[in-house]
Amino acid sequence: MENKSIDVHNITVSYSGAPVLWDVDFELPTGVLAGIIGPNGSGKTTLLKTIMNIVKPVSGNVKVFDSNIDKVRNRIAYVPQRESVDWQFPISVMEVVLMGRYSGKNLFKRTTKADKEIAREALESVRMLEFKDRQISELSGGQQQRVFIARALAQKADLYFMDEPFAGVDMATEKTILEILLKLKDEGKTVLLVHHDLRTVREFFDYTILLNTRLVAAGKTAEVLTEENLNSAYGARLTLLEEVGKEIKKKDFPLREKDFDDK
Amino acid sequence: MSELIDFISFKDPGVLTILIGALAVSFASAIIGTFTYLRKKALVGDAVSHSVLPGICFAFILSGEKDPLLLILGAFLSGWISVFFIDFIVSRSKIKADSAISITLSLFFAFGAVLLSFIQNSDNANQSGINHFLFGKAAAITDADLKLFIGVLIIVGIITLLFFKKFTTICFNEDYAKSIGWNVKWIDFVMSSLTVLVIASGIQTVGVVLMAALLITPPGAAGFWTHSIRKLIFLGLIFATISTVLGTFVSYVRPNMPTGPWIIFFLSIIAILSVLFSPKGILRRLVLNRENKSKIRNENLLKTAYYLTYERELPDFSRSEIVSKRSYETLELEKGLKSLKNKGFLLENSGRFYLSESGKTEAKRIVRLHRLWELYLTNKMNFKSDHIHGIAETIEHIITPEIEAKLLAELDYPDKDPHDSVIP
Repeated sequence: MENKSIDVHNITVSYSGAPVLWDVDFELPTGVLAGIIGPNGSGKTTLLKTIMNIVKPVSGNVKVFDSNIDKVRNRIAYVPQRESVDWQFPISVMEVVLMGRYSGKNLFKRTTKADKEIAREALESVRMLEFKDRQISELSGGQQQRVFIARALAQKADLYFMDEPFAGVDMATEKTILEILLKLKDEGKTVLLVHHDLRTVREFFDYTILLNTRLVAAGKTAEVLTEENLNSAYGARLTLLEEVGKEIKKKDFPLREKDFDDK
Repeated sequence: MSELIDFISFKDPGVLTILIGALAVSFASAIIGTFTYLRKKALVGDAVSHSVLPGICFAFILSGEKDPLLLILGAFLSGWISVFFIDFIVSRSKIKADSAISITLSLFFAFGAVLLSFIQNSDNANQSGINHFLFGKAAAITDADLKLFIGVLIIVGIITLLFFKKFTTICFNEDYAKSIGWNVKWIDFVMSSLTVLVIASGIQTVGVVLMAALLITPPGAAGFWTHSIRKLIFLGLIFATISTVLGTFVSYVRPNMPTGPWIIFFLSIIAILSVLFSPKGILRRLVLNRENKSKIRNENLLKTAYYLTYERELPDFSRSEIVSKRSYETLELEKGLKSLKNKGFLLENSGRFYLSESGKTEAKRIVRLHRLWELYLTNKMNFKSDHIHGIAETIEHIITPEIEAKLLAELDYPDKDPHDSVIP
């Protein structure tokens, strides 16, 4: 594959001993809208966080734009799950969006006029500019999601990670987000998002990663969403896999033998 | 009274030292405490406060004197060990954070209490006053302590200013901070270190038992008044000032009174007042509740009057005619009639009532809102016509003129409700 945006190589992830992702391996080109699809508890969010190295894998590695993610963090943007933060937190809409202008380097950089302008534009494009001075506790669910999207837009990235941006939002917000996704794609950006609604996958995404603790299939949406693949992801449970997982947790067993060369 | 004058005129030069020292401690606490509060780590703050005791005792036993710098160093180290201990238990065992915190608190505090009684039973001449670390004694603040406390306040102030965005961001959204490549562990380390430092320096004034309250109560009380972090810190500082001045004064007047409990007492009063009287407080809700009740009662009475006037076509009506249409408790009926008369909506003529012109307009408005809402429920929300009355009974009281205008437009200015009654 040329122009890879993400290269996930054999990653295995575990939480308190029990594996939640087994040996996931796929590549993603640039300039696509890609969805991570799978039932509840299939490791979608974990996969997203592992790619960004927020969660550390037990084994395997991830390359973003052909390099270690730490070297390209200024090219990525992240929309976390809306429920993952406390919306009673005393902070205004504008302050949240300005976080999109913070960067890893330049530890004590001050917010400039240009940053504020970018944040305003981002709010404008999610139709939230009139709410810029509101406290986030006063927002509806859909508005909260739009603020998170605006923060990601303010990051001016090439690769966008979004965790369930369509979860629990109103129709108007869904439409706005969809427009933004398509616009990002037009600009040649790559978007990888966790999605829960099977019905809309075909209309939204070029690429699909079908997940259920292991990779079921990854590739062009039409090729991935076959009945066989869907059955494999959503239908039969792999009870043996779960049993082995429980055993690993019980015995505190390593997921990889130390000298196993993974590279 | 003369004590008050002595206190505020700083007649005794020691008073100034004590007051500035106590203020420096409570300012530093209010600043870093805001982030402890926002990061939802109040309990960790409490555990650390109790856990500095063994460190102080060790520092004293090893050095044999009460050198403030050594004591604070001991306190800082044992506070930090307790932070690591909590993290260690949580990450290496099945024990959850709340249990890990209380295990650490009890273990360290018990150990400190043992060391404390060991010191008190020793024949070291310097040991008197070491028990002040339990409940605090601002009067014991020396010039050397004062310099130390101001130093700590300056460190906390400057680092918080430099790290303001960082602290705020990881308190709000830690994963996001990680995604942009910030070293969250390091920022967390800075934040925890400042907290431990403030606790270590504050216990002489407030004591280990109540130190956490000095961290958490100012932002907690301020949270009732504002929704901005900067104002949260600012208000916290004001609350800290008031309670520290009052607490120090009491302990100055009555030297056998420990300072800590008094400062915390005044802080708690501020917190309780905030709970009661702030715009989000209990009292405001009670007032609203009362207002809503009387509004509902009055408007229902107007609707009854509308019915008697326009549908029964009575020129005037008595109390029993009102009750025959809709039952009211006698007391409520009298209150309602009185209130409507005061507003000029209802007029009385020897025991019989009739609507004034303004009363007619108001009564029509409420009936209109009721019928409009019924129509909205049937047309736009597909409710069955036998379900809508009860809902409209409540909603009619809350629709504002702006909503009414939108409602009229959306329903295309209707003239009949779903029950075929005229919309007035």
